[in-house]
Amino acid sequence: MNWTEIDTWIVIIGSLCAAGCAVPGTILVLRRMSLMGDAISHTVLPGIAIAFLVTGSRDPTAMLIGAVVIGLITAFLVQAIQTLGKVEIGASMGIVFTVLFAFGLVLMRQAIDHVDIDPDCVLNGAIEFAWFDQAPDGWGIPRGAYVNGVMLIANLFFMLLFYKEFKITAFDPTLAKSQGIQPSFMHYMLMTMTAATAVAAFETVGSILVVAMFIVPPATAYLLTDRYGVLIILALVLAVASAGLGHLSAITVPTWFGYSGTTTAGAMAVAAGVLFFIAWMISPNQGLISRILRNVETRAHVLREDVLGLLWRIEERNQGMLQSNDLPQLFGVTSIKVRHALRRLLKQGAVQVTESSWTLTSEGRRRATTLVRSHRLWEVYLEQHYPQDTHQLHHAASRLEHVTTEAMKSELGDAEVDPHGSPVPGDEPIEE
Amino acid sequence: MLLLEDYNTRVVVLGVMALGAAAGVVGTFLLLRKRALTADALSHATLPGIAIAFMVVVAFGGSGKSMLGLLLGAFVFGCIGVLSILAIRHTTRLKDDAAIGIVLSVFFGLGLCLLKIASEMPSGSAAGLQGFIFGKAASMVASDAMMMLGVAVGIILVTGTLRKEFTLLCFDEKFSITQGWPVLTLDVVLMGMVTVVTVIALQSVGLVLAVAMLIIPAASARYWARNITSMLIVSALIGCLSGWLGATMSALIPRMPTGPIIVLVCGFWFVCSFIFGRNNGIIVSQIVRVQLNRRVAMQHLLRAMWETFEREKERSIPVETIVSMRSWNHSFVVRQLKRAKRRGHVTKREDNLWILTEEGSVEANRIVRNHRLWEVYLINYADIAPSHVDRDADMIEHVLGIDMVQKLEKLLQSARNLQSPHPIGVDVKT
Repeated sequence: MNWTEIDTWIVIIGSLCAAGCAVPGTILVLRRMSLMGDAISHTVLPGIAIAFLVTGSRDPTAMLIGAVVIGLITAFLVQAIQTLGKVEIGASMGIVFTVLFAFGLVLMRQAIDHVDIDPDCVLNGAIEFAWFDQAPDGWGIPRGAYVNGVMLIANLFFMLLFYKEFKITAFDPTLAKSQGIQPSFMHYMLMTMTAATAVAAFETVGSILVVAMFIVPPATAYLLTDRYGVLIILALVLAVASAGLGHLSAITVPTWFGYSGTTTAGAMAVAAGVLFFIAWMISPNQGLISRILRNVETRAHVLREDVLGLLWRIEERNQGMLQSNDLPQLFGVTSIKVRHALRRLLKQGAVQVTESSWTLTSEGRRRATTLVRSHRLWEVYLEQHYPQDTHQLHHAASRLEHVTTEAMKSELGDAEVDPHGSPVPGDEPIEE
Repeated sequence: MLLLEDYNTRVVVLGVMALGAAAGVVGTFLLLRKRALTADALSHATLPGIAIAFMVVVAFGGSGKSMLGLLLGAFVFGCIGVLSILAIRHTTRLKDDAAIGIVLSVFFGLGLCLLKIASEMPSGSAAGLQGFIFGKAASMVASDAMMMLGVAVGIILVTGTLRKEFTLLCFDEKFSITQGWPVLTLDVVLMGMVTVVTVIALQSVGLVLAVAMLIIPAASARYWARNITSMLIVSALIGCLSGWLGATMSALIPRMPTGPIIVLVCGFWFVCSFIFGRNNGIIVSQIVRVQLNRRVAMQHLLRAMWETFEREKERSIPVETIVSMRSWNHSFVVRQLKRAKRRGHVTKREDNLWILTEEGSVEANRIVRNHRLWEVYLINYADIAPSHVDRDADMIEHVLGIDMVQKLEKLLQSARNLQSPHPIGVDVKT
């Protein structure tokens, strides 16, 4: 790998661009309008093409105005077709942005002789060449860094200025309306921010990958936090990380296979996707694997409690000793799980073992008593309130006993015997 | 037919027409099932498939131009894309829109990276692969067109066979589950067909715009068709026609890319349908609205005249009295009176007073009666204060059908001690 000043600037520009997109992106994702971002970023193309054909130059102000106007037209048309023409919103967006994008392509093709926007730039952006386009200030800062930096600052400014309004409209549009916040004003302001950001990002990552920068980092952040302020900061961090990782992998990964490198814009989108995938899997609260692990732990906990309950009942009926070999069949689980449960119980000091016969310790007996007590009280409660077959009572109570909180216990009250005639053990641990 | 002498153009036009018909048919169900943008993500997700298929073919010594191999790769990744959307939606708290956006952009980015790498491969030329993004109809050969034709026929046959099942799936999924239809299988078949159409659309319109071929003809057809069969036919026709017009235009006019032109033609049909369509088209809705407004105004006028007569026991009424009944202005009332006169509901006496005719009395009587019946219903069954019922009844009286009036009469007859602000039994023969 041969890291140069150019690479540093590419990462800086990419980070500014991705972070700038992430700011309006958080609202788009929360308001379930991600695809509006998609539609608007597609329609930046005709906006730029029209501005170019009208002014005949690559004047950034004209392009910005052209793209923002077309972006707002897109937002308006989508709404008009949806409400006036009674078309579902997804289809309405699909119609508007494909037609406008096609129009943009035709315009570009028509003007191709005297335009220096090439179709490749539409797809990949031109971040690799951004460094060569120096701003006329003599400090060696590329123009792209200025454009994306200004956009980021503007977005952050508006976000801070309307923080409360954005937050309320994102989570509860009805409440926002009742508090005197104009939802349509916020909507069109968001659309303006989106369109302006999309046009600023156009030269960096191209017309289609802007969507990745809008949606993926905020969506990833949304899997990691429940707080809006934290969400914005996380989205910004993830955006910068996507840019850095993206460029790094664009210049390194292909070299492992003997190729020179690949497009940074595409790799930024992929890096954002990889970060999303990681969060999707291992986010502490929302992650798929975390949730699976939690389920496994809950199931193991329930099994341990069931083993304790069984031991208690064996003691109650004086049926002798429990052989651990019987357990898998009794609970319908594999013997590995049972062995694991018994080992954990042994470690917790709840059971003891002599010559492969298992008995409760006093600590285990206390836990088991609480459990059996809530089981039998639940049976009493269920029979009183939801009369049913006594066999079904047992099943329902077997589930509820594991999740009985203190509040539920006081609600359950007290009883002498359960519906099957077994005595309900007392609240206090039975003395040896 | 136009331009069909040139062999290459003929191939392109035929292929694109077949594509338009197939897309129109499948798109109809896609639209009704509200999956328009899932198809967009699907088409973007095919790009890495194309690039990988190219690499694999080249690695095994092929030319990389084998259309079947590329389309197979596209198909596989299209399916992976749709499955990823479903997985994100079902296992995270993100909704459909974010899932679609993520899959669309990340897969597309991956595709661009792989394309760049593929273009560096020593053997085989990846130059043609870019054509899949925005479409490059000129690269189509006869065998491609034959394949598109075959796929179109196959899709139309499958849709024709499963029309009833798909219709049920789109309109009432829960019901079709309770009826024991294999909903999941049907859904898979539908999305499978969408994938096939997207894949064959890659070559001519490109993957960015493929979704337009699926949804725009179907969305336009909805403004014309009143049942699913005619919608399927209209949608297929619009798709076919757009393909034909687009392909010929791009052949005739220089520097006109085929894919975007076809999409623009589709867009043109949509705009026409949106404006002139007979269901919910803008003009038709406006006409319906104006007609309703006129009918309401006429009924208000007749009721105002009847109520004045009832109050003052004087059949001939000056315009000013009518104007004072509502927030009307003078010229509006005069205009309505003239319309009522043309219909024979009122006549003007020589002393400039207006009077209800025999026919007008019957009509006014009916309207007043409806109004008061509804008032009674609202007071007694909807718990609305007697001082407010007049306005509420005002809105509904115009749309009470004969059935509804009979039901109201029956309901009100069976109950006793009903409150009413007015006598209801207006005598027709006065």
